[in-house]
Amino acid sequence: MAQPKEIFVRLDRCLGCHSCELACAVEHSQSKSLYSAISEKPTPQSRVYVEWVAPDNRLPVLCRHCEDAPCMHACICGAISRTEEGVVLTNTNKCIGCWTCVMVCPYGVIGRHLEEHKAYRCDRCPDLEMPACVSSCPTKALVYRTVDDFSKDVRKVASREMLSGEGG
Amino acid sequence: MAGDNGNSNKSTDPAVQEMIAKAESLNVATVWDRYEAMQPQCGFGDTGLCCRNCLQGPCRIDPFGEGPDKAICGASADVMVARGLDRAIAAGTAAHSGHARHLAHTLLKMAEGKAKDYTVKDGAKLRAVSTRMNIPVEGRSDNEIALDLAKAALADFGEKDTPVMWAATVVTKDRVKVLTDLGLVPKGIDYEVSEIMHRTIYGVDADAVNLLLAGLRCGVADLAGCYMGTDLADILFGTPTPVVTEANLGTLKADAVNIAVHGHNPVLSDLMITVATDMKEAAVAAGASGINMVGICCTGNEVMMRHGIPSCTHSVSQEMALMTGALDAMVVDYQCIMPAVVNVAECMGTTIVTTMDLCKITGATHVEFSEEAAAEKAKETIDIAIQNFSRRNNKPIDIPEIRTPVVAGFSVEAIVAALSKVDAEDPLKPVVDNIKAGNIRGVCLFAGCNNVKVPQDKNFTVIARKLLKENVLTVATGCGAGALMRHGFMDPANVDELCGDGLKAVLTAIGEANDLGGPLPPILHLGSCVDNSRAVALAVAVADYLGVDTDKLPVVASAAEAVSEKAVSIGAYAVAAGLPTHVGVMLPVLGSPLVTEILTDKVKDLTGGYFIVDLDPESAADQLLSAIDERRAGLGL
Repeated sequence: MAQPKEIFVRLDRCLGCHSCELACAVEHSQSKSLYSAISEKPTPQSRVYVEWVAPDNRLPVLCRHCEDAPCMHACICGAISRTEEGVVLTNTNKCIGCWTCVMVCPYGVIGRHLEEHKAYRCDRCPDLEMPACVSSCPTKALVYRTVDDFSKDVRKVASREMLSGEGG
Repeated sequence: MAGDNGNSNKSTDPAVQEMIAKAESLNVATVWDRYEAMQPQCGFGDTGLCCRNCLQGPCRIDPFGEGPDKAICGASADVMVARGLDRAIAAGTAAHSGHARHLAHTLLKMAEGKAKDYTVKDGAKLRAVSTRMNIPVEGRSDNEIALDLAKAALADFGEKDTPVMWAATVVTKDRVKVLTDLGLVPKGIDYEVSEIMHRTIYGVDADAVNLLLAGLRCGVADLAGCYMGTDLADILFGTPTPVVTEANLGTLKADAVNIAVHGHNPVLSDLMITVATDMKEAAVAAGASGINMVGICCTGNEVMMRHGIPSCTHSVSQEMALMTGALDAMVVDYQCIMPAVVNVAECMGTTIVTTMDLCKITGATHVEFSEEAAAEKAKETIDIAIQNFSRRNNKPIDIPEIRTPVVAGFSVEAIVAALSKVDAEDPLKPVVDNIKAGNIRGVCLFAGCNNVKVPQDKNFTVIARKLLKENVLTVATGCGAGALMRHGFMDPANVDELCGDGLKAVLTAIGEANDLGGPLPPILHLGSCVDNSRAVALAVAVADYLGVDTDKLPVVASAAEAVSEKAVSIGAYAVAAGLPTHVGVMLPVLGSPLVTEILTDKVKDLTGGYFIVDLDPESAADQLLSAIDERRAGLGL
């Protein structure tokens, strides 16, 4: 079975421009256009959150689609399930808005839609090859890769650093 | 620190800290809350790598090099950054010179007999400035001269046969040559602002060096606007002489009608001071002890310098004056007025009165000012405050019991007058001799604003403390002066604690020669932000005395907590005049290593001046001191 892709964050790259948030909201709008999405009801919501860590670090945080997802276990009405591709989804028809998933999520990335009275989170943009946040990131702080590929890149950098240390 | 309330990361002023705590307890959002809500701020804007100058944009260039390395039009990071900086300089120039133009129109209307509430308050300065402008003064009345001077001032805005006279006649002869050789003499003040807008539009100037030179030329036009603003204000309202007054929120009075004048131009506020004295009875009739006028920002500096009106607070803490609940009206003209004052005022029961057509704020009461009916309009705004006082109904107010003594009013004329008490024949000699002897190591100008990114006043006070101990003679303008005055740097009683022995001796000698019974204050207050021209005038006088150009003097400048684009344009003319110029917050230029290098290094080969960008006040002070020492060595001192 092929390795599924995940959305990874390269921690040193985010400039805090919020482009990912805008793109996510637009992708989860009816019109899928920024100009129209701004005035749409229900209001399109972003599912990625750019956080600020003082004094000057920024970081986009979004659903990790945990293999052993606490939200899925905790959901009392069985609204949360995992797709074959490993994406954890909330079925809004079943969601009763009890926010148990919010309580147990270790990342705080499940939102409450005030107009729809439902929980929402990253759905990995099922209509797109590449999630909107990843495409929108001007510094490539967000990448969409398999664990293998991402780790291999990290290993490459680490190897270079170890060797440069060795060579003095 | 006592009274800190955990807000020392927001402001180092205990009165402001007290009001921040009050705002928190009442759930009133202030600039610090909005700053927090704005995090993270966009790194592209922060680095100058964002361009919205055309409708194909916005464009952003990836400083990490993985994303786009050019705008859609092909502009490089260097071009994008230089364009953005130029537009900031143009905006700052437009603001200072807009202020000056307003005064020129007022002078013209006065001379034509259309503005009866204004007169020439300083005939000697009218004649001195007019002579500098080649306007005949012998045997002519004030009004005749003023008419010509007002027309000369207005002529300096457009292109004409001569360059901008308020630039060409206010620097040293050598500097005129330097600026001419570099093509940095402005053709007209408005001309340069307009030309920046032209050259930075889609598809025009795409050479970073050429863009930066144009920015410097616009900076020289900004000097002209500032200088004209000071000259004309002195003529119309009087050239400042030393005054004793106070600063901080404790200058508000619980039982009086408290009116804060806020903004920049003395054209209305100066009249309000006079009119308020005549309206005491109306205030008393409303149950108040009288009318208490206080200043905020540079309008506050203008009325402090000329009338000794206390300064309430400055810049980033303007909302805190409202948080006291004791302000009955805040009367604003233009520049640096946070729109948020309307929201805080609504919570606290203050009326915000806007007075200028170009500066209306939704939610404020607008009283359209006109020079023709100036006193009447001043009365109208004061009436609003009195009415509002009668609605106070003993509602609780909190005035922090914090006031700092201030000696202000140091125009160049006042400084020279004080020095001539030491040496009547040769007034500059005592200062220059002390610089030569090393009792005064150099001179530093503090200017600019308070930036929410810096704990209020921290950069100013840390740098000033260090420089004073190192015997640097220090002057201040704008909200930099406001910061320093609130922390006691303009109280002569603190000279002993703050100043090094050499400086202490000089300040004491001048003070005693003037029968002050003590020294001058540690830092001399030169006035508002247009009054940075006074610092230039002082530097030019010392340079002429020594027979060198301004770029050889041990004189530095620091905008330690800059906010406004006006600070950027002032920085540009300080660099054009040859001064090492510190900025204590990040300029949006880091996205271009080339522009950064030019501003902080290469420009030195052209004008002698350069920017020092350092966010750490301790090391900034060291850099300023080494810049001073480098200049001293250059002079063989």
